[in-house]
Amino acid sequence: MKVPALPSTLSANPSTAGNAAPAKRSLPRVEPASIILPLLAGAGVLLIWTALSQTVSPDLPSPLRTWQESKRYVLDPFFKDGEMSQGIGRLAFYSLMRVIKGYALALLFGTPLGFLIGLSKFASRALDPLIQVLRPISPLAWLPLGLVIFQRSEPAALFTIALCAMWPTVLNTAVGVRSISTDYLNVGRVLNLPRRKMFFSIILPATLPYVFTGYRLSLGIAWLVIVASEMLTGAPGVGGFLWQEYNSLVYSHIILSILTIGFIGFLLDRLMGAVEARFKTT
Amino acid sequence: MNPRPLLELMQLGKTYPTPQGPAVIVRDVNLKIAEGEFVCLIGHSGCGKSTVLSIVMGLNEPTTGSAILGMREIDGPGTDRGVVFQSPSLFPWLTVEQNIQLAVDQVKPRLSPAERLACAKEALAQVGLAGEADRHPAELSAGMRQRAGIARALAMDPKILLLDEPFSLLDALTRMELQDELLRIWEQHRKTVLMVTHDVDEALLLADRIVMMTNGPAATIGRIMTVPFARPRVRAQLADNPEYYRARDSLIAFLEGQGNELPKEEQCPA
Ligand SMILES: Nc1ncnc2c1ncn2[C@@H]1O[C@H](COP(=O)(O)OP(=O)(O)OP(=O)(O)O)[C@@H](O)[C@H]1O
Ligand SMILES: [Mg+2]
Repeated sequence: MKVPALPSTLSANPSTAGNAAPAKRSLPRVEPASIILPLLAGAGVLLIWTALSQTVSPDLPSPLRTWQESKRYVLDPFFKDGEMSQGIGRLAFYSLMRVIKGYALALLFGTPLGFLIGLSKFASRALDPLIQVLRPISPLAWLPLGLVIFQRSEPAALFTIALCAMWPTVLNTAVGVRSISTDYLNVGRVLNLPRRKMFFSIILPATLPYVFTGYRLSLGIAWLVIVASEMLTGAPGVGGFLWQEYNSLVYSHIILSILTIGFIGFLLDRLMGAVEARFKTT
Repeated sequence: MNPRPLLELMQLGKTYPTPQGPAVIVRDVNLKIAEGEFVCLIGHSGCGKSTVLSIVMGLNEPTTGSAILGMREIDGPGTDRGVVFQSPSLFPWLTVEQNIQLAVDQVKPRLSPAERLACAKEALAQVGLAGEADRHPAELSAGMRQRAGIARALAMDPKILLLDEPFSLLDALTRMELQDELLRIWEQHRKTVLMVTHDVDEALLLADRIVMMTNGPAATIGRIMTVPFARPRVRAQLADNPEYYRARDSLIAFLEGQGNELPKEEQCPA
């Protein structure tokens, strides 16, 4: 740590000395309980699952059978026998690509829209009610409309992902702009910053933490939507695979797909959480 | 005093419309500040000190009267006024030096980048933060942050410094340190200062004149005290001066008296 080049005795004051220390980010220590408890919970779920498959729902494959029938998809995740039979890694990759495209569209439209609504009272009053109505619409409702508009399934899927996923970005960005400290804006005004500079030097960086919270939530929704859109369009991907295997009566692969979706969703959230945290600390 | 004041407030008043009818916050504020003068504005919380200062900053519009800086009526914020707020309001995403450079770039666009950097560095050195230039505000103590805020205002090389309770959020020890620092810097440059404060001792240490405001609503200037101590001032020497306690008592008597009696118009000096 650098010693302040002050002639003063700042360190005589514990509170200032404490603040002066650079904030060290230490990795959270992993407690044994935080590993054991989730394992116990997982074992409990397996137990209930086994019991269900043995008793009330004989069609539900047991955990063991699920593993045996899915082994190849997991252990050799990138194999490809044909359109209908591919490793889960390959399928996940298709889904991810689709999500990234739709998500990029959501950010591309959602971010400027959020800034517009945050900055302009006029835009906010005009668009807020509209957003409140559009926001709760399910992807299942948007997709057919996308098919009508675009005639092809791929752009329809992207349209659906973008439309459903953009709202958290729009709303968080707008809230971020509105909650910028008036002191920051006053500093900008006193400096007579031109509008451009006011935006890029103050408003944008001050809003970034909120924007990235929006981005994280949007990614979560984009991933939720992918399954629905693939199921309806039959596009290759985890969601398409899930539906295809349901129709082919290979129920264990439904479970494989569900677990894959959950696992990837979790990873994506962690990833965006880390990105978000970077902007929080500055 | 110079014949022509640097800052002149004439019949300044501010009224806010409220659901209960118009609320007069301040009225009939008349004040002349000469070039190189250090003036403190003191008064009870909520009486309208910040309102007056924000009008001079150009962030607030007067309802009546006007404020004239140099030859021009103030009609908006500008770089001829360096401001420091109660909270340091440094941008957390920039380093300390970048924060100051943002101001320098804006005020002195004609200088070369190297000259502007030198400008920022000099301002930081002046407040004893030369070694912290590359750190982010979050890594600094509250006192250091407020020093950086002062450096930013100084780096603009403004006509006048406007400070709104710049030290009131600091602990007592740091506050004294920064008061001494401001005193030292001011005695080097004699930049005109208008500073709002709650702190009687701070005002006596720093100011040439102390402007006392009456209580709100409809507050105005109650009395103006000329601080008799010679410059350069040293805190320890002031404490030995019997005059200091007389001045202090008089200030406190005015502020306490505000609770009961309204000041008479005649007490308002021209
Ligand atoms: N927009 C507004 N509408 C109505 N009243 C307002 C508005 N802004 C400020 N006021 C009132 O003006 C009065 C003076 O506020 P001001 O901030 O100038 O006081 P102050 O003397 O700086 O107080 P403090 O010492 O606590 O900082 C307060 O009573 C406040 O409620
Ligand atoms: Mg105030």
